[in-house]
Amino acid sequence: MVERRPALGLLAHAVLILGVVVVALPIYITFVASTHTAEEIVQVPMPMLPGGHGLDNYTTALLGGGPGAGSTAAVGRMMFVSLVTALVITFGKIAISLLSAFAIVYFRFRFRMFFFWAIFVTLMLPVEVRILPTYKVVADLGMLNSFTGLTVPLIASATATFLFRQFFLTVPDELVEAARVDGAGPMRFFIDVLVPLSATSIAALFVIQFIYGWNQYLWPLLVTTQESMYPVVIGIKRMIAGGDSQNQWNLVMATAMLAMIPPALVVILMQKWFVKGLVDTEK
Amino acid sequence: MAAEKRVVFRSAWLPWALLAPQAAVIAVFFYWPAAQTVLQSMQQSDAFGTSVEWIGLQNFANLWDDPTYLASFSTTAIFSILVAGFGITLSLLLAVFADRVVRGTTFYRTLLIWPYAVAPAVAGVLWLFMFSPSIGVVAYALRMVGFEWNHLLNGTQAMALIVMAAVWKQLSYNFLFFVAGLQSIPKSLIEAAAIDGAGPWRRFWTIQFPLLSPTTFFLLVINVVFAFFDTFGIVDAATSGGPGKDTSILVYKVYYDGFKALDLGGSAAQSVVLMVLVVTLTVLQFRFVEKKVNY
Repeated sequence: MVERRPALGLLAHAVLILGVVVVALPIYITFVASTHTAEEIVQVPMPMLPGGHGLDNYTTALLGGGPGAGSTAAVGRMMFVSLVTALVITFGKIAISLLSAFAIVYFRFRFRMFFFWAIFVTLMLPVEVRILPTYKVVADLGMLNSFTGLTVPLIASATATFLFRQFFLTVPDELVEAARVDGAGPMRFFIDVLVPLSATSIAALFVIQFIYGWNQYLWPLLVTTQESMYPVVIGIKRMIAGGDSQNQWNLVMATAMLAMIPPALVVILMQKWFVKGLVDTEK
Repeated sequence: MAAEKRVVFRSAWLPWALLAPQAAVIAVFFYWPAAQTVLQSMQQSDAFGTSVEWIGLQNFANLWDDPTYLASFSTTAIFSILVAGFGITLSLLLAVFADRVVRGTTFYRTLLIWPYAVAPAVAGVLWLFMFSPSIGVVAYALRMVGFEWNHLLNGTQAMALIVMAAVWKQLSYNFLFFVAGLQSIPKSLIEAAAIDGAGPWRRFWTIQFPLLSPTTFFLLVINVVFAFFDTFGIVDAATSGGPGKDTSILVYKVYYDGFKALDLGGSAAQSVVLMVLVVTLTVLQFRFVEKKVNY
Protein backbone atom coordinates (compact mmCIF):
# COMPACT_ATOMS: atom_id res chain seq x y z
CA MET A 1 0.00 0.00 0.00
CA VAL A 2 1.43 3.27 -1.10
CA GLU A 3 -0.68 5.79 0.75
CA ARG A 4 -3.43 5.73 3.34
CA ARG A 5 -6.82 6.23 1.79
CA PRO A 6 -9.36 4.64 4.10
CA ALA A 7 -12.23 5.37 1.72
CA LEU A 8 -10.49 3.56 -1.13
CA GLY A 9 -9.63 0.64 1.15
CA LEU A 10 -13.27 0.38 2.11
CA LEU A 11 -14.31 0.52 -1.54
CA ALA A 12 -11.82 -2.26 -2.33
CA HIS A 13 -13.38 -4.50 0.32
CA ALA A 14 -16.86 -3.62 -0.87
CA VAL A 15 -16.06 -4.49 -4.49
CA LEU A 16 -14.36 -7.75 -3.50
CA ILE A 17 -17.24 -8.77 -1.24
CA LEU A 18 -19.68 -8.00 -4.03
CA GLY A 19 -17.53 -10.12 -6.36
CA VAL A 20 -17.45 -13.01 -3.91
CA VAL A 21 -21.23 -12.82 -3.44
CA VAL A 22 -21.93 -12.80 -7.17
CA VAL A 23 -19.53 -15.69 -7.71
CA ALA A 24 -21.05 -17.66 -4.85
CA LEU A 25 -24.72 -16.95 -5.64
CA PRO A 26 -25.23 -19.79 -8.16
CA ILE A 27 -23.73 -22.26 -5.70
CA TYR A 28 -25.85 -20.96 -2.84
CA ILE A 29 -29.03 -21.32 -4.89
CA THR A 30 -27.94 -24.80 -5.95
CA PHE A 31 -27.34 -25.76 -2.35
CA VAL A 32 -30.70 -24.38 -1.21
CA ALA A 33 -32.50 -26.19 -4.03
CA SER A 34 -30.80 -29.43 -3.08
CA THR A 35 -32.37 -29.28 0.40
CA HIS A 36 -36.02 -28.92 -0.61
CA THR A 37 -38.59 -31.23 -2.16
CA ALA A 38 -39.26 -30.98 -5.88
CA GLU A 39 -42.69 -29.46 -5.18
CA GLU A 40 -41.23 -26.70 -3.03
CA ILE A 41 -38.78 -25.71 -5.76
CA VAL A 42 -41.32 -25.37 -8.55
CA GLN A 43 -43.28 -22.91 -6.46
CA VAL A 44 -42.50 -19.42 -7.66
CA PRO A 45 -40.44 -17.97 -6.11
CA MET A 46 -38.58 -20.92 -4.64
CA PRO A 47 -37.53 -20.64 -0.99
CA MET A 48 -34.23 -18.84 -0.43
CA LEU A 49 -33.27 -20.56 2.81
CA PRO A 50 -32.12 -24.19 3.16
CA GLY A 51 -34.91 -26.66 3.83
CA GLY A 52 -35.03 -29.94 5.70
CA HIS A 53 -34.93 -32.49 2.90
CA GLY A 54 -31.21 -32.35 2.19
CA LEU A 55 -30.44 -35.80 3.55
CA ASP A 56 -33.32 -37.42 1.63
CA ASN A 57 -32.31 -35.76 -1.62
CA TYR A 58 -28.64 -36.67 -1.41
CA THR A 59 -29.44 -40.26 -0.45
CA THR A 60 -31.95 -40.62 -3.30
CA ALA A 61 -29.52 -39.09 -5.78
CA LEU A 62 -26.61 -41.24 -4.68
CA LEU A 63 -28.55 -44.49 -4.70
CA GLY A 64 -30.64 -43.69 -7.76
CA GLY A 65 -34.16 -44.87 -8.53
CA GLY A 66 -35.83 -41.59 -7.58
CA PRO A 67 -38.76 -40.19 -9.53
CA GLY A 68 -38.19 -37.98 -12.54
CA ALA A 69 -38.68 -37.87 -16.28
CA GLY A 70 -34.99 -38.13 -17.14
CA SER A 71 -32.29 -40.57 -16.13
CA THR A 72 -32.62 -41.89 -12.58
CA ALA A 73 -29.35 -43.81 -12.45
CA ALA A 74 -27.41 -43.94 -9.20
CA VAL A 75 -25.12 -40.93 -8.82
CA GLY A 76 -22.90 -42.96 -6.49
CA ARG A 77 -21.87 -45.12 -9.44
CA MET A 78 -21.35 -42.01 -11.59
CA MET A 79 -19.09 -40.47 -8.95
CA PHE A 80 -17.08 -43.67 -8.99
CA VAL A 81 -16.81 -43.57 -12.80
CA SER A 82 -15.75 -39.90 -12.68
CA LEU A 83 -13.18 -40.54 -9.98
CA VAL A 84 -11.60 -43.51 -11.77
CA THR A 85 -11.62 -41.62 -15.08
CA ALA A 86 -10.08 -38.48 -13.59
CA LEU A 87 -7.39 -40.40 -11.71
CA VAL A 88 -6.44 -42.61 -14.66
CA ILE A 89 -6.24 -39.59 -16.97
CA THR A 90 -4.19 -37.62 -14.42
CA PHE A 91 -1.68 -40.31 -13.53
CA GLY A 92 -1.57 -41.59 -17.09
CA LYS A 93 -0.72 -38.16 -18.45
CA ILE A 94 1.88 -37.54 -15.77
CA ALA A 95 3.50 -40.97 -16.20
CA ILE A 96 3.79 -41.06 -19.98
CA SER A 97 4.88 -37.43 -20.09
CA LEU A 98 7.63 -38.02 -17.53
CA LEU A 99 8.90 -40.96 -19.61
CA SER A 100 8.78 -39.04 -22.90
CA ALA A 101 10.48 -35.98 -21.47
CA PHE A 102 13.18 -38.19 -19.94
CA ALA A 103 13.83 -39.84 -23.31
CA ILE A 104 13.92 -36.52 -25.16
CA VAL A 105 16.19 -34.72 -22.72
CA TYR A 106 18.57 -37.47 -21.55
CA PHE A 107 19.20 -39.47 -24.74
CA ARG A 108 20.51 -38.79 -28.21
CA PHE A 109 18.77 -40.76 -30.93
CA ARG A 110 17.44 -40.34 -34.42
CA PHE A 111 14.12 -38.53 -34.78
CA ARG A 112 14.45 -37.13 -31.26
CA MET A 113 13.25 -33.67 -32.24
CA PHE A 114 10.69 -35.19 -34.57
CA PHE A 115 9.04 -36.88 -31.59
CA PHE A 116 9.25 -33.72 -29.54
CA TRP A 117 7.42 -31.73 -32.19
CA ALA A 118 4.97 -34.55 -32.89
CA ILE A 119 3.94 -34.48 -29.23
CA PHE A 120 3.92 -30.70 -29.17
CA VAL A 121 1.64 -30.32 -32.19
CA THR A 122 -1.11 -32.39 -30.51
CA LEU A 123 -1.74 -29.20 -28.54
CA MET A 124 -3.37 -27.95 -31.73
CA LEU A 125 -5.61 -30.98 -32.18
CA PRO A 126 -8.23 -30.87 -29.42
CA VAL A 127 -11.01 -33.49 -29.50
CA GLU A 128 -13.35 -30.91 -30.99
CA VAL A 129 -11.51 -30.76 -34.32
CA ARG A 130 -11.28 -34.51 -34.93
CA ILE A 131 -14.40 -35.67 -33.21
CA LEU A 132 -16.00 -38.15 -35.64
CA PRO A 133 -12.87 -40.07 -36.75
CA THR A 134 -11.64 -40.35 -33.15
CA TYR A 135 -15.01 -41.74 -32.19
CA LYS A 136 -14.73 -44.22 -35.06
CA VAL A 137 -11.26 -45.39 -33.95
CA VAL A 138 -12.51 -45.96 -30.42
CA ALA A 139 -15.60 -47.77 -31.71
CA ASP A 140 -13.50 -49.98 -34.01
CA LEU A 141 -11.23 -50.89 -31.12
CA GLY A 142 -14.30 -51.94 -29.13
CA MET A 143 -13.64 -49.35 -26.44
CA LEU A 144 -17.07 -47.72 -26.25
CA ASN A 145 -18.62 -47.79 -22.79
CA SER A 146 -15.37 -48.77 -21.10
CA PHE A 147 -12.86 -47.06 -18.85
CA THR A 148 -10.22 -47.56 -21.54
CA GLY A 149 -12.35 -45.64 -24.04
CA LEU A 150 -13.03 -42.87 -21.53
CA THR A 151 -9.40 -42.38 -20.57
CA VAL A 152 -6.73 -43.62 -23.00
CA PRO A 153 -7.59 -41.30 -25.92
CA LEU A 154 -7.17 -38.30 -23.58
CA ILE A 155 -3.95 -39.44 -21.98
CA ALA A 156 -1.41 -37.83 -24.33
CA SER A 157 -0.24 -34.49 -23.00
CA ALA A 158 1.82 -31.91 -24.83
CA THR A 159 1.71 -29.46 -21.93
CA ALA A 160 2.94 -32.00 -19.36
CA THR A 161 5.72 -33.25 -21.65
CA PHE A 162 6.80 -29.70 -22.37
CA LEU A 163 6.72 -28.75 -18.68
CA PHE A 164 8.81 -31.76 -17.62
CA ARG A 165 11.27 -31.14 -20.45
CA GLN A 166 11.73 -27.55 -19.31
CA PHE A 167 12.25 -28.72 -15.76
CA PHE A 168 14.71 -31.52 -16.67
CA LEU A 169 16.82 -29.02 -18.58
CA THR A 170 17.37 -27.09 -15.35
CA VAL A 171 18.55 -30.16 -13.42
CA PRO A 172 22.37 -29.88 -13.01
CA ASP A 173 24.47 -32.24 -15.12
CA GLU A 174 26.57 -33.05 -12.06
CA LEU A 175 23.73 -35.20 -10.77
CA VAL A 176 23.96 -37.45 -13.82
CA GLU A 177 27.74 -37.67 -13.46
CA ALA A 178 27.44 -38.49 -9.78
CA ALA A 179 24.86 -41.17 -10.55
CA ARG A 180 27.21 -42.62 -13.19
CA VAL A 181 30.13 -42.71 -10.78
CA ASP A 182 27.92 -44.57 -8.34
CA GLY A 183 27.15 -47.07 -11.09
CA ALA A 184 23.48 -46.16 -11.50
CA GLY A 185 21.88 -46.83 -14.88
CA PRO A 186 19.42 -44.49 -16.61
CA MET A 187 16.27 -46.00 -15.06
CA ARG A 188 17.79 -45.95 -11.57
CA PHE A 189 18.66 -42.28 -12.07
CA PHE A 190 15.15 -41.58 -13.37
CA ILE A 191 13.37 -43.24 -10.45
CA ASP A 192 15.67 -42.23 -7.61
CA VAL A 193 16.72 -38.73 -8.67
CA LEU A 194 14.60 -37.21 -11.41
CA VAL A 195 11.10 -38.20 -10.28
CA PRO A 196 11.60 -37.06 -6.66
CA LEU A 197 13.06 -33.77 -7.91
CA SER A 198 9.96 -33.26 -10.06
CA ALA A 199 7.58 -33.59 -7.10
CA THR A 200 6.40 -29.96 -7.21
CA SER A 201 5.74 -30.05 -10.94
CA ILE A 202 3.89 -33.34 -10.52
CA ALA A 203 1.70 -31.88 -7.76
CA ALA A 204 0.93 -28.82 -9.88
CA LEU A 205 0.03 -30.93 -12.89
CA PHE A 206 -2.05 -33.24 -10.71
CA VAL A 207 -4.41 -30.40 -9.79
CA ILE A 208 -4.81 -29.13 -13.36
CA GLN A 209 -5.21 -32.56 -14.94
CA PHE A 210 -7.54 -33.90 -12.25
CA ILE A 211 -9.93 -31.03 -12.94
CA TYR A 212 -9.49 -31.55 -16.67
CA GLY A 213 -10.33 -35.26 -16.32
CA TRP A 214 -13.22 -34.82 -13.92
CA ASN A 215 -14.86 -32.11 -16.02
CA GLN A 216 -14.67 -33.87 -19.40
CA TYR A 217 -17.98 -33.55 -21.18
CA LEU A 218 -17.87 -33.86 -24.98
CA TRP A 219 -15.75 -37.01 -25.03
CA PRO A 220 -17.80 -39.05 -22.50
CA LEU A 221 -20.95 -37.82 -24.23
CA LEU A 222 -19.74 -39.60 -27.37
CA VAL A 223 -18.26 -42.81 -25.98
CA THR A 224 -20.75 -43.69 -23.23
CA THR A 225 -24.26 -44.84 -24.00
CA GLN A 226 -24.86 -47.01 -20.94
CA GLU A 227 -25.95 -45.49 -17.66
CA SER A 228 -23.40 -47.59 -15.79
CA MET A 229 -20.57 -45.77 -17.58
CA TYR A 230 -21.82 -42.18 -17.28
CA PRO A 231 -19.49 -39.82 -15.48
CA VAL A 232 -21.41 -37.54 -13.12
CA VAL A 233 -21.14 -34.48 -15.42
CA ILE A 234 -22.98 -36.40 -18.15
CA GLY A 235 -25.41 -37.82 -15.61
CA ILE A 236 -26.63 -34.34 -14.65
CA LYS A 237 -27.38 -33.44 -18.23
CA ARG A 238 -29.25 -36.74 -18.72
CA MET A 239 -31.40 -36.03 -15.66
CA ILE A 240 -32.82 -32.91 -17.29
CA ALA A 241 -35.27 -34.36 -19.76
CA GLY A 242 -38.68 -32.78 -19.64
CA GLY A 243 -39.99 -29.32 -18.91
CA ASP A 244 -39.31 -27.43 -15.73
CA SER A 245 -42.10 -29.07 -13.78
CA GLN A 246 -41.18 -32.64 -14.73
CA ASN A 247 -37.55 -32.38 -13.72
CA GLN A 248 -36.68 -33.38 -10.19
CA TRP A 249 -34.68 -30.20 -9.69
CA ASN A 250 -33.92 -31.06 -6.08
CA LEU A 251 -32.13 -34.23 -7.20
CA VAL A 252 -30.45 -32.48 -10.14
CA MET A 253 -29.11 -29.81 -7.80
CA ALA A 254 -27.96 -32.38 -5.24
CA THR A 255 -26.10 -34.14 -8.06
CA ALA A 256 -24.60 -30.82 -9.18
CA MET A 257 -23.30 -30.24 -5.64
CA LEU A 258 -21.82 -33.75 -5.57
CA ALA A 259 -20.22 -33.20 -8.99
CA MET A 260 -18.58 -29.96 -7.84
CA ILE A 261 -17.24 -31.08 -4.47
CA PRO A 262 -14.24 -33.26 -5.48
CA PRO A 263 -12.62 -30.83 -7.97
CA ALA A 264 -13.41 -27.84 -5.73
CA LEU A 265 -11.72 -29.59 -2.81
CA VAL A 266 -8.67 -30.32 -4.93
CA VAL A 267 -8.43 -26.66 -5.97
CA ILE A 268 -8.90 -25.28 -2.47
CA LEU A 269 -6.74 -27.77 -0.59
CA MET A 270 -3.94 -27.71 -3.16
CA GLN A 271 -4.25 -23.98 -3.86
CA LYS A 272 -0.51 -23.35 -3.89
CA TRP A 273 0.18 -26.04 -6.49
CA PHE A 274 -2.94 -25.08 -8.41
CA VAL A 275 -1.69 -21.55 -8.96
CA LYS A 276 1.77 -22.83 -9.86
CA GLY A 277 0.24 -25.39 -12.20
CA LEU A 278 -1.85 -22.80 -14.01
CA VAL A 279 1.06 -20.43 -14.48
CA ASP A 280 3.50 -23.17 -15.53
CA THR A 281 1.28 -25.03 -17.96
CA GLU A 282 0.46 -21.86 -19.83
CA LYS A 283 4.03 -20.73 -20.29
CA MET B 1 18.92 -22.30 -20.11
CA ALA B 2 20.63 -24.75 -22.37
CA ALA B 3 18.40 -26.45 -24.89
CA GLU B 4 20.59 -29.56 -24.82
CA LYS B 5 22.15 -31.65 -22.08
CA ARG B 6 25.90 -32.07 -22.27
CA VAL B 7 25.83 -35.29 -20.28
CA VAL B 8 23.51 -37.94 -21.66
CA PHE B 9 22.85 -41.64 -21.27
CA ARG B 10 23.58 -44.12 -24.02
CA SER B 11 21.21 -46.84 -25.07
CA ALA B 12 20.02 -48.07 -28.43
CA TRP B 13 16.57 -49.19 -27.36
CA LEU B 14 15.69 -47.46 -24.06
CA PRO B 15 14.65 -44.05 -25.46
CA TRP B 16 12.33 -45.75 -27.94
CA ALA B 17 10.75 -47.81 -25.18
CA LEU B 18 10.29 -44.70 -23.05
CA LEU B 19 8.60 -42.84 -25.88
CA ALA B 20 6.45 -45.76 -27.00
CA PRO B 21 3.35 -45.18 -24.81
CA GLN B 22 2.96 -41.50 -25.68
CA ALA B 23 3.84 -42.11 -29.34
CA ALA B 24 1.22 -44.86 -29.59
CA VAL B 25 -1.50 -42.70 -28.05
CA ILE B 26 -0.84 -39.71 -30.26
CA ALA B 27 -0.54 -41.82 -33.40
CA VAL B 28 -3.77 -43.78 -32.84
CA PHE B 29 -5.95 -41.11 -31.23
CA PHE B 30 -4.57 -37.84 -32.62
CA TYR B 31 -2.78 -38.12 -35.94
CA TRP B 32 -4.78 -40.92 -37.52
CA PRO B 33 -8.17 -39.29 -36.75
CA ALA B 34 -6.85 -35.86 -37.73
CA ALA B 35 -5.69 -37.25 -41.08
CA GLN B 36 -9.07 -38.95 -41.50
CA THR B 37 -10.79 -35.65 -40.81
CA VAL B 38 -8.83 -33.92 -43.54
CA LEU B 39 -9.57 -36.81 -45.97
CA GLN B 40 -13.27 -36.89 -45.13
CA SER B 41 -13.53 -33.16 -45.60
CA MET B 42 -12.86 -33.79 -49.28
CA GLN B 43 -15.26 -36.71 -49.62
CA GLN B 44 -18.97 -37.16 -49.74
CA SER B 45 -20.47 -40.27 -48.19
CA ASP B 46 -23.96 -41.31 -47.20
CA ALA B 47 -24.88 -41.78 -43.56
CA PHE B 48 -24.12 -45.52 -43.62
CA GLY B 49 -20.68 -45.13 -45.17
CA THR B 50 -21.54 -47.45 -48.07
CA SER B 51 -20.64 -45.05 -50.86
CA VAL B 52 -17.75 -42.63 -50.78
CA GLU B 53 -17.17 -40.07 -53.46
CA TRP B 54 -14.16 -37.82 -53.90
CA ILE B 55 -15.35 -34.25 -54.29
CA GLY B 56 -12.31 -32.09 -53.61
CA LEU B 57 -13.09 -28.78 -51.99
CA GLN B 58 -16.83 -29.01 -52.61
CA ASN B 59 -17.60 -29.41 -48.88
CA PHE B 60 -15.78 -26.19 -48.13
CA ALA B 61 -17.60 -24.41 -50.95
CA ASN B 62 -20.88 -25.70 -49.52
CA LEU B 63 -19.96 -24.33 -46.10
CA TRP B 64 -19.19 -20.98 -47.64
CA ASP B 65 -22.62 -20.94 -49.29
CA ASP B 66 -24.41 -22.19 -46.18
CA PRO B 67 -26.07 -19.26 -44.38
CA THR B 68 -26.44 -21.28 -41.15
CA TYR B 69 -22.68 -21.92 -41.09
CA LEU B 70 -21.89 -18.25 -41.61
CA ALA B 71 -24.45 -17.41 -38.93
CA SER B 72 -22.73 -19.87 -36.60
CA PHE B 73 -19.43 -18.12 -37.31
CA SER B 74 -20.81 -14.74 -36.36
CA THR B 75 -22.57 -16.25 -33.31
CA THR B 76 -19.21 -17.64 -32.18
CA ALA B 77 -17.47 -14.32 -32.86
CA ILE B 78 -20.04 -12.35 -30.85
CA PHE B 79 -19.94 -14.95 -28.08
CA SER B 80 -16.15 -14.94 -27.76
CA ILE B 81 -15.91 -11.14 -27.89
CA LEU B 82 -18.49 -10.84 -25.12
CA VAL B 83 -16.91 -13.58 -23.00
CA ALA B 84 -13.38 -12.20 -23.40
CA GLY B 85 -14.49 -8.58 -22.94
CA PHE B 86 -16.60 -9.03 -19.84
CA GLY B 87 -14.37 -11.73 -18.39
CA ILE B 88 -11.21 -9.64 -18.67
CA THR B 89 -12.78 -6.36 -17.51
CA LEU B 90 -14.46 -7.83 -14.44
CA SER B 91 -11.47 -9.90 -13.37
CA LEU B 92 -9.12 -6.94 -13.85
CA LEU B 93 -11.38 -4.84 -11.65
CA LEU B 94 -11.39 -7.51 -8.93
CA ALA B 95 -7.63 -8.07 -9.23
CA VAL B 96 -6.81 -4.37 -8.92
CA PHE B 97 -8.87 -4.12 -5.74
CA ALA B 98 -7.49 -7.40 -4.40
CA ASP B 99 -4.01 -5.97 -4.98
CA ARG B 100 -4.99 -2.96 -2.88
CA VAL B 101 -6.33 -4.65 0.23
CA VAL B 102 -3.74 -5.44 2.85
CA ARG B 103 -5.64 -7.96 4.91
CA GLY B 104 -7.77 -10.81 3.67
CA THR B 105 -6.09 -11.33 0.29
CA THR B 106 -5.92 -15.12 0.70
CA PHE B 107 -9.49 -15.17 1.93
CA TYR B 108 -10.79 -13.35 -1.14
CA ARG B 109 -8.59 -15.32 -3.47
CA THR B 110 -9.84 -18.64 -2.12
CA LEU B 111 -13.45 -17.54 -2.51
CA LEU B 112 -12.89 -16.27 -6.03
CA ILE B 113 -10.87 -19.08 -7.58
CA TRP B 114 -12.96 -22.17 -7.09
CA PRO B 115 -15.40 -21.74 -10.03
CA TYR B 116 -12.39 -22.95 -12.03
CA ALA B 117 -13.19 -26.39 -10.62
CA VAL B 118 -16.78 -26.40 -11.87
CA ALA B 119 -17.36 -28.35 -15.08
CA PRO B 120 -18.64 -26.17 -17.95
CA ALA B 121 -21.68 -28.45 -18.31
CA VAL B 122 -22.46 -28.09 -14.59
CA ALA B 123 -22.05 -24.31 -14.86
CA GLY B 124 -24.56 -24.41 -17.71
CA VAL B 125 -27.06 -26.33 -15.58
CA LEU B 126 -26.70 -23.94 -12.63
CA TRP B 127 -27.31 -20.85 -14.73
CA LEU B 128 -30.14 -22.56 -16.58
CA PHE B 129 -31.79 -23.28 -13.25
CA MET B 130 -31.47 -19.68 -12.01
CA PHE B 131 -32.79 -18.23 -15.25
CA SER B 132 -35.45 -20.81 -16.05
CA PRO B 133 -38.46 -18.76 -17.28
CA SER B 134 -40.98 -20.70 -15.19
CA ILE B 135 -39.14 -21.52 -11.94
CA GLY B 136 -35.83 -19.60 -11.99
CA VAL B 137 -35.16 -17.26 -9.08
CA VAL B 138 -33.40 -14.63 -11.16
CA ALA B 139 -36.01 -14.82 -13.91
CA TYR B 140 -38.61 -14.24 -11.21
CA ALA B 141 -36.70 -11.27 -9.80
CA LEU B 142 -36.40 -9.80 -13.29
CA ARG B 143 -40.13 -10.22 -13.84
CA MET B 144 -40.80 -8.37 -10.57
CA VAL B 145 -38.90 -5.36 -11.87
CA GLY B 146 -40.80 -5.54 -15.14
CA PHE B 147 -38.31 -7.37 -17.35
CA GLU B 148 -39.71 -10.37 -19.16
CA TRP B 149 -37.03 -13.09 -19.30
CA ASN B 150 -37.49 -16.06 -21.58
CA HIS B 151 -34.33 -17.39 -23.16
CA LEU B 152 -36.32 -20.24 -24.69
CA LEU B 153 -37.93 -17.77 -27.07
CA ASN B 154 -35.51 -14.87 -27.16
CA GLY B 155 -32.17 -15.53 -28.89
CA THR B 156 -30.47 -12.48 -27.41
CA GLN B 157 -31.36 -13.59 -23.91
CA ALA B 158 -30.16 -17.12 -24.63
CA MET B 159 -26.83 -15.62 -25.75
CA ALA B 160 -26.73 -13.50 -22.57
CA LEU B 161 -27.30 -16.65 -20.52
CA ILE B 162 -24.37 -18.61 -21.98
CA VAL B 163 -22.13 -15.52 -21.83
CA MET B 164 -22.87 -15.11 -18.12
CA ALA B 165 -22.22 -18.78 -17.41
CA ALA B 166 -18.96 -18.70 -19.40
CA VAL B 167 -17.71 -15.48 -17.80
CA TRP B 168 -18.54 -16.82 -14.35
CA LYS B 169 -16.63 -19.99 -15.10
CA GLN B 170 -13.57 -18.22 -16.54
CA LEU B 171 -13.42 -15.35 -14.04
CA SER B 172 -11.20 -17.19 -11.57
CA TYR B 173 -8.61 -18.02 -14.20
CA ASN B 174 -8.32 -14.42 -15.43
CA PHE B 175 -8.29 -13.15 -11.87
CA LEU B 176 -5.31 -15.30 -10.87
CA PHE B 177 -3.27 -14.16 -13.86
CA PHE B 178 -4.03 -10.50 -13.25
CA VAL B 179 -3.14 -10.81 -9.56
CA ALA B 180 0.19 -12.41 -10.53
CA GLY B 181 0.75 -9.72 -13.17
CA LEU B 182 0.07 -6.90 -10.70
CA GLN B 183 2.40 -8.43 -8.14
CA SER B 184 5.23 -8.53 -10.64
CA ILE B 185 5.10 -4.76 -11.18
CA PRO B 186 7.90 -3.25 -9.06
CA LYS B 187 6.56 -1.44 -6.01
CA SER B 188 9.17 1.29 -6.50
CA LEU B 189 7.47 2.41 -9.73
CA ILE B 190 4.15 2.87 -7.97
CA GLU B 191 5.79 4.63 -5.03
CA ALA B 192 7.73 6.99 -7.28
CA ALA B 193 4.54 7.93 -9.09
CA ALA B 194 2.76 8.46 -5.77
CA ILE B 195 5.52 10.79 -4.57
CA ASP B 196 5.13 12.72 -7.80
CA GLY B 197 1.51 13.22 -6.83
CA ALA B 198 -0.22 10.69 -9.08
CA GLY B 199 -3.40 9.35 -7.50
CA PRO B 200 -4.51 5.71 -7.66
CA TRP B 201 -6.69 6.31 -10.74
CA ARG B 202 -3.88 7.97 -12.67
CA ARG B 203 -1.33 5.37 -11.52
CA PHE B 204 -3.56 2.60 -12.77
CA TRP B 205 -3.87 4.05 -16.27
CA THR B 206 -0.30 5.24 -16.69
CA ILE B 207 1.64 2.45 -14.94
CA GLN B 208 -0.28 -0.68 -14.05
CA PHE B 209 -2.50 -0.98 -17.09
CA PRO B 210 0.30 -0.54 -19.68
CA LEU B 211 2.60 -2.91 -17.79
CA LEU B 212 -0.18 -5.49 -17.65
CA SER B 213 -0.63 -5.42 -21.42
CA PRO B 214 1.28 -8.70 -22.03
CA THR B 215 -0.96 -10.42 -19.46
CA THR B 216 -4.06 -8.86 -20.97
CA PHE B 217 -3.09 -9.95 -24.46
CA PHE B 218 -2.32 -13.47 -23.27
CA LEU B 219 -5.68 -13.67 -21.48
CA LEU B 220 -7.43 -12.36 -24.57
CA VAL B 221 -6.09 -15.29 -26.60
CA ILE B 222 -6.82 -17.80 -23.83
CA ASN B 223 -10.37 -16.49 -23.40
CA VAL B 224 -11.06 -16.68 -27.12
CA VAL B 225 -9.77 -20.28 -27.15
CA PHE B 226 -11.96 -21.01 -24.13
CA ALA B 227 -15.02 -19.47 -25.78
CA PHE B 228 -14.39 -21.36 -29.02
CA PHE B 229 -13.61 -24.81 -27.70
CA ASP B 230 -14.29 -25.29 -24.00
CA THR B 231 -17.81 -23.92 -23.85
CA PHE B 232 -19.44 -26.88 -25.58
CA GLY B 233 -20.68 -28.16 -22.22
CA ILE B 234 -22.20 -24.80 -21.27
CA VAL B 235 -24.05 -24.48 -24.57
CA ASP B 236 -25.22 -28.08 -24.64
CA ALA B 237 -26.50 -27.96 -21.05
CA ALA B 238 -27.98 -24.46 -21.00
CA THR B 239 -29.50 -23.88 -24.44
CA SER B 240 -28.66 -26.84 -26.75
CA GLY B 241 -27.86 -24.28 -29.41
CA GLY B 242 -31.33 -22.79 -29.31
CA PRO B 243 -33.69 -21.11 -29.66
CA GLY B 244 -33.51 -22.03 -33.32
CA LYS B 245 -29.76 -21.82 -34.00
CA ASP B 246 -29.20 -18.61 -32.06
CA THR B 247 -26.55 -20.01 -29.72
CA SER B 248 -25.19 -22.71 -31.99
CA ILE B 249 -21.47 -21.95 -31.79
CA LEU B 250 -19.04 -23.63 -34.21
CA VAL B 251 -18.06 -26.52 -31.94
CA TYR B 252 -21.69 -27.23 -31.20
CA LYS B 253 -22.50 -27.22 -34.89
CA VAL B 254 -19.66 -29.67 -35.68
CA TYR B 255 -21.04 -32.02 -33.06
CA TYR B 256 -24.63 -31.58 -34.18
CA ASP B 257 -23.97 -31.97 -37.90
CA GLY B 258 -21.70 -34.97 -37.36
CA PHE B 259 -23.57 -36.91 -34.71
CA LYS B 260 -27.18 -35.82 -35.04
CA ALA B 261 -27.51 -34.83 -38.70
CA LEU B 262 -24.88 -37.39 -39.84
CA ASP B 263 -23.41 -35.10 -42.47
CA LEU B 264 -19.89 -36.58 -42.33
CA GLY B 265 -18.24 -34.55 -45.07
CA GLY B 266 -19.71 -31.26 -43.90
CA SER B 267 -18.78 -31.94 -40.28
CA ALA B 268 -15.23 -32.90 -41.30
CA ALA B 269 -14.87 -29.72 -43.37
CA GLN B 270 -16.00 -27.70 -40.35
CA SER B 271 -13.42 -29.55 -38.23
CA VAL B 272 -10.69 -28.59 -40.68
CA VAL B 273 -11.74 -24.93 -40.45
CA LEU B 274 -11.57 -25.22 -36.66
CA MET B 275 -8.13 -26.82 -36.93
CA VAL B 276 -6.88 -23.80 -38.88
CA LEU B 277 -8.34 -21.55 -36.17
CA VAL B 278 -6.60 -23.45 -33.35
CA VAL B 279 -3.28 -23.32 -35.15
CA THR B 280 -3.65 -19.55 -35.63
CA LEU B 281 -4.56 -19.00 -31.99
CA THR B 282 -1.74 -21.23 -30.73
CA VAL B 283 0.81 -19.39 -32.86
CA LEU B 284 -0.51 -16.09 -31.48
CA GLN B 285 -0.18 -17.43 -27.96
CA PHE B 286 3.43 -18.47 -28.49
CA ARG B 287 4.33 -15.20 -30.13
CA PHE B 288 3.25 -13.70 -26.85
CA VAL B 289 5.50 -16.04 -24.87
CA GLU B 290 8.53 -15.00 -26.91
CA LYS B 291 7.65 -11.39 -26.33
CA LYS B 292 7.36 -11.93 -22.62
CA VAL B 293 10.84 -13.44 -22.45
CA ASN B 294 12.41 -10.34 -23.99
CA TYR B 295 10.23 -8.07 -21.96
